[in-house]
Order: sequence, then C-alpha cells, then structure tokens
Amino acid sequence: MSIRHLIDITDLTPEEIDGLIATAEDIIAQPERYQELCRHRQLATLFFEPSTRTRLSFESAMLALGGTVLGFSEAASSSTAKGETVVDTVHTVSCYADIIAMRHPKEGAPFAAAQRSEVPIINAGDGGHNHPTQTLTDLLTIHREKGRLNDFTIGFCGDLKFGRTVHSLVNALSRQTGIRFVFISPDELKLPDYLKENVLKKQGLAYEETASLEAAMPGLDILYMTRVQKERFFNEADYIRLKDTYVLDPEKLVPAKQDLCILHPLPRVNEISVAVDNDPRAAYWKQVQNGKFIRMALILLLLGLRAE
Amino acid sequence: MNIDSIQNGVVLDHIKAGKSMDIYRYLHLDELDCSVAIIKNVRSNRMGKKDIIKIDSPMEVDLDVLGYIDPDITVNIIRDGVRVGKKHLAPPQRLVNVIHCKNPRCITVAEPQLDAIFVLSDPEKHTYCCAYCDTEKQRRL
Repeated sequence: MSIRHLIDITDLTPEEIDGLIATAEDIIAQPERYQELCRHRQLATLFFEPSTRTRLSFESAMLALGGTVLGFSEAASSSTAKGETVVDTVHTVSCYADIIAMRHPKEGAPFAAAQRSEVPIINAGDGGHNHPTQTLTDLLTIHREKGRLNDFTIGFCGDLKFGRTVHSLVNALSRQTGIRFVFISPDELKLPDYLKENVLKKQGLAYEETASLEAAMPGLDILYMTRVQKERFFNEADYIRLKDTYVLDPEKLVPAKQDLCILHPLPRVNEISVAVDNDPRAAYWKQVQNGKFIRMALILLLLGLRAE
Repeated sequence: MNIDSIQNGVVLDHIKAGKSMDIYRYLHLDELDCSVAIIKNVRSNRMGKKDIIKIDSPMEVDLDVLGYIDPDITVNIIRDGVRVGKKHLAPPQRLVNVIHCKNPRCITVAEPQLDAIFVLSDPEKHTYCCAYCDTEKQRRL
C-alpha cells in the first residue's frame, strides 16, 4: 500500500472528509473504543516554527489513541541549526516514527519532505501557505454548530493573504454546494490570486470582496476571524499599520444573525475582544477542543487503522 | 542569404520572431559542438515573420521545455537530408528544473538543491504553479 500524506486539504476527497468527521463524532461519543488503537505506534511532531495548539493537540491526540510521541518544538533544537535540509531531517525521523506531523516557516516544506519520507507526513502549517488539519478542525466545528457543510454564507476577515488557514478552508469549502464567500480585508491582505483564479473562478463560485466588516456582518452565517501575523511581514511598519484593522467586539455583533457562528483558528491578539468570548455565537474555544478529535481521526486514517 | 541544409539533425520552425535566442539559451545549444544556425525574421505566410533554428546533430530536443516556451513551435527531424518526422507540441503537464520559483517564502528558494517542480494550472492561459507553494508563473515568451 502506498504511503498517504496530508499536504493539502485536497489530498482528501470530500467523502474522506465526511468519514473523518463521522469518526471524530464517534470518538467524542465513545472515546474508550479508540484508546488502544495506536498502542506501540509513535508520532513525531517536528515543529520548525512555534505552536501551542497544533503541536499539543497532535500529541494529545496520539496519547489518547494509546500511542507515544517524540519530536522537537523549535528549529534551534534540531540539526536544522547545523544546516541540515528539511528533507534530510524528515528522512531521518521517518526511520524512528510511524507518522510525522510537521510545521515549517517555508511554503512547500512538507511537500518536499513527503518526497523522501518512509512514513505519512501531515502538514501542520507551512508558512503562509496551507494548514489542512486546522481546516479539518474548522469543518468539524462547522458541522457540529450548523449541522451541515453546505448552503451558508461565510465571511473571512483579516489577513487573507498570508492566512494559511483561510487558504485551506476556502479550498475545502469550494468542493461543497451552496457556499457563498465574502472576503473582508484591507487591500494589502487580500486573498491570493491563485485561489481566486484556480479555485473560485474555475468552479464558477460566487464571491465578494470588501473592506468593511460592518457592511458584511448582517449577511453572514459564519464569520471566520484571523490574526494579522507579524511573522509573515518583511516590513514591521506594514504590520503595525495593518494589525488592528478589524477588531470584533459586542457592538459590531449587534446586526449579526442570532445563529451566527464565530470561528478563529487562534491565537488571537486584538482581533476578537475578550468580551465576545461569552457570546453563545463564539465557537472558537470549541474549535480548539475539536482539533484533538479530528486529528485522532486523521492519524487513524493515515495509519490505516479503525475501531472494530 | 544561404544557409546550408542539414543532413542529420533537428529544425525548429515557427518560432515567434525575435525569440530564437531565448530558445537557444533554454535548450543550452551553446554547449553543442555541431553547427547551429539561428535564422531570424524569416518571411512566413502564417506568422508574417518567424525565426528558425537548425541544429546539425541528431540530438534529442527536450520537448517539455519547448512545449512550455511556445507550443506553436514545430520540431522537424532530419535524416540523410530528408524530413522523417514532424512533432507538434503541447504545454507539458509538469516541468522539472526548467523554471524556478521566485517566491522568497518558498522552500525551493531556501533549499535550492530541491527539484524545481511546476504543474500546468491553466492550459488556456498557459499558467504554471509551483508544486511547493502554488506561486503562479506565466509562460516566458
């Protein structure tokens, strides 16, 4: 059987994503069925860039499946600091582990690693490019909150240029029916052309671009907020100018639908006021928890394991 | 102007006028020992003006490179002074180490020993995407 990797969300068919969501729901309902499935299996988490949620949720997922974890949480503590290439580092680790989750600041690093890896590679974020396991987390959360993955209007707000979670989620939702996209960003942080040309326009999908969160708010079923990421800017002055363009607070939510679902991949800085946390429409802490369950389902899929 | 006919080799015809030197460089024809003729601004019924390259050696031309540069070029194979084959090109689905990504955030820029892989993303616009970072690149010519 050939090794399966998850580099881009489109590596999974819509049917496989439905299957992962169903498995995650079953894990939530009956965790005991899954607690020994990865006994004697090892997950390596190779994080060349800092992370809290993604790395810990992968590790928590593997431990909850009965497996063990190894790895590093910064490039400085790996041979990268000595000049080793990402391909060589991953090739080495693939001799020790059964599956690898990796994050890297350079776009396409997991794709490069997958060319030489002996075990499945999971892209846990590559620069401003893709973040497919956050997308699975988002899809599970949308499914749990809305009961469906189709027929809604979703607004993406903030840094849509470097927001890898946005890119992956747009790709995934473009394969569903009845999705209307609203992209809310300043001019400098608009969605990349390749996504508009090769994904949205190619499939004839309707989308709207605006700079006004207030104008878009009443029409949204889902609002996906993002952080303006300091680490993606070459010029700090640009970051400072753009970082607080959008701040979601209770006042801005007044014209929003009562069943709006507010998502954020976290971490947040200022873009969602803490006062919004108590709003029943805020689903971003549920997202964090869902991330563990969907990653458990993904590990099982890529290792070819299932509960009896 | 007289250019000798070639006996065994390749004639690249229907090159857009003025672009033959780009083809010369992409195909590394400067590395050949044999005679190579670059004929510029030849009158053409179909194109008005065109360039032609004659290579006096039975070399294997990289059709992927040519198909990427300009799929309208025709490749004529000459043996014993007679044309024995004519190849029409198409944009290749995948290019390896022909063009390189310019995105400073791409892993292939940080680690240039990696194969530079591009895939055809839009055949109509002749657009290619970096397989690593999805950065688009339009045809050079």
